[in-house]
Amino acid sequence: MTVALLSLVGFFISLYLWLWKVGIIGTIACGDGGCETVQLSAYASFLGIPVAFFGMLAYGTLIGLSLLGLQPRWQERRGPTVGLVFVAGAGVIFTGYLTYLEAAVIHAWCRWCVASSVVIVLVFLASLAGLWSRPSGGESSAAPIR
Amino acid sequence: MARSMNMKWFYAAFGVLVVAGAAWIWSSRSGAAAVEVGPEPVTPTSFPGWVLGSDSAAVEIVEYADFECGACAHFAILTAPDIRKRLVATGRVRMRFRDFPIQGHEFSPIAHEAGACAGEQGRFWEMADEIFFNQATWVREGRPSKSFEDYAKALGLNMDQYKSCMKERRHAGDIEASRQHGLAIGVSATPSFVIGGLLVTGALPYDSIVRLVERAEARARQ
Repeated sequence: MTVALLSLVGFFISLYLWLWKVGIIGTIACGDGGCETVQLSAYASFLGIPVAFFGMLAYGTLIGLSLLGLQPRWQERRGPTVGLVFVAGAGVIFTGYLTYLEAAVIHAWCRWCVASSVVIVLVFLASLAGLWSRPSGGESSAAPIR
Repeated sequence: MARSMNMKWFYAAFGVLVVAGAAWIWSSRSGAAAVEVGPEPVTPTSFPGWVLGSDSAAVEIVEYADFECGACAHFAILTAPDIRKRLVATGRVRMRFRDFPIQGHEFSPIAHEAGACAGEQGRFWEMADEIFFNQATWVREGRPSKSFEDYAKALGLNMDQYKSCMKERRHAGDIEASRQHGLAIGVSATPSFVIGGLLVTGALPYDSIVRLVERAEARARQ
């Protein structure tokens, strides 16, 4: 539940940054202009696609996995939780790289990006906690009876 | 039972977050807050800004922009080329750029002076493009005067005239007059646009600009 709610927050942050990047939102609420510097830098796109779009995809996947894991037939299985750990882990690594770029290369901080970094770290920790608390034999015990 | 209650609370919280997020995104869209402003009080002695397009165009788009503002660069890169090609070149619209250097932007004053010094030689718009398109570079490098000189050279400006213009800060007064003009009509952020008497803030996408131009054209016909 925590992962789903946090991921939803992250999704809206990514959506906001992506809509600004494609020109649908005119002004980015940032305060010191750091968001614009970061978002207009060469590092704001990956493979020609705005980084925020990848954020939307990742958070969307996390929301989907966490909602799936809450459904009765999946509650005892580890699959969705393992998936959450992997997706959130990849997100933490990618976010770490982007945060490094902000600090060491671009020399500007985008507050929304920092907020997203905090969210993805929390999602990862919550996913790990979920995996830890779930019995490892859950997968087999909840296998469908044929 | 307890789990069922928990799930109810979870779905309620999830729904509230979805609605709040959607409302936030919706309210952030461009053009959400357009304000009617009176006719521009341009007197013969005041600096009129930089104009591109036909005097006979029915609609004028006045842009208040800061060369160090990221959203302004965003607009210059993504939207302005379409406006020039599809609205200005066809005679529908005339663009007027008004300097609005934001206080606290370290390099804005020199950037606007570079634009004006190029404008003195009839190349304001080309210089503005260079400044906006390379904004991330000159802001990061922290030596904008050298970058602006390079752009001036690339544009083929008379460099003696350009350098003396920059040294004397020949257009600093015009730039400040333009900023004061913006403040007087209620500009508080950049980019801001006045189109057909409406003041709108934000790096508007092309479609929003067209809608405002059509509205202004309809008003002009009345």
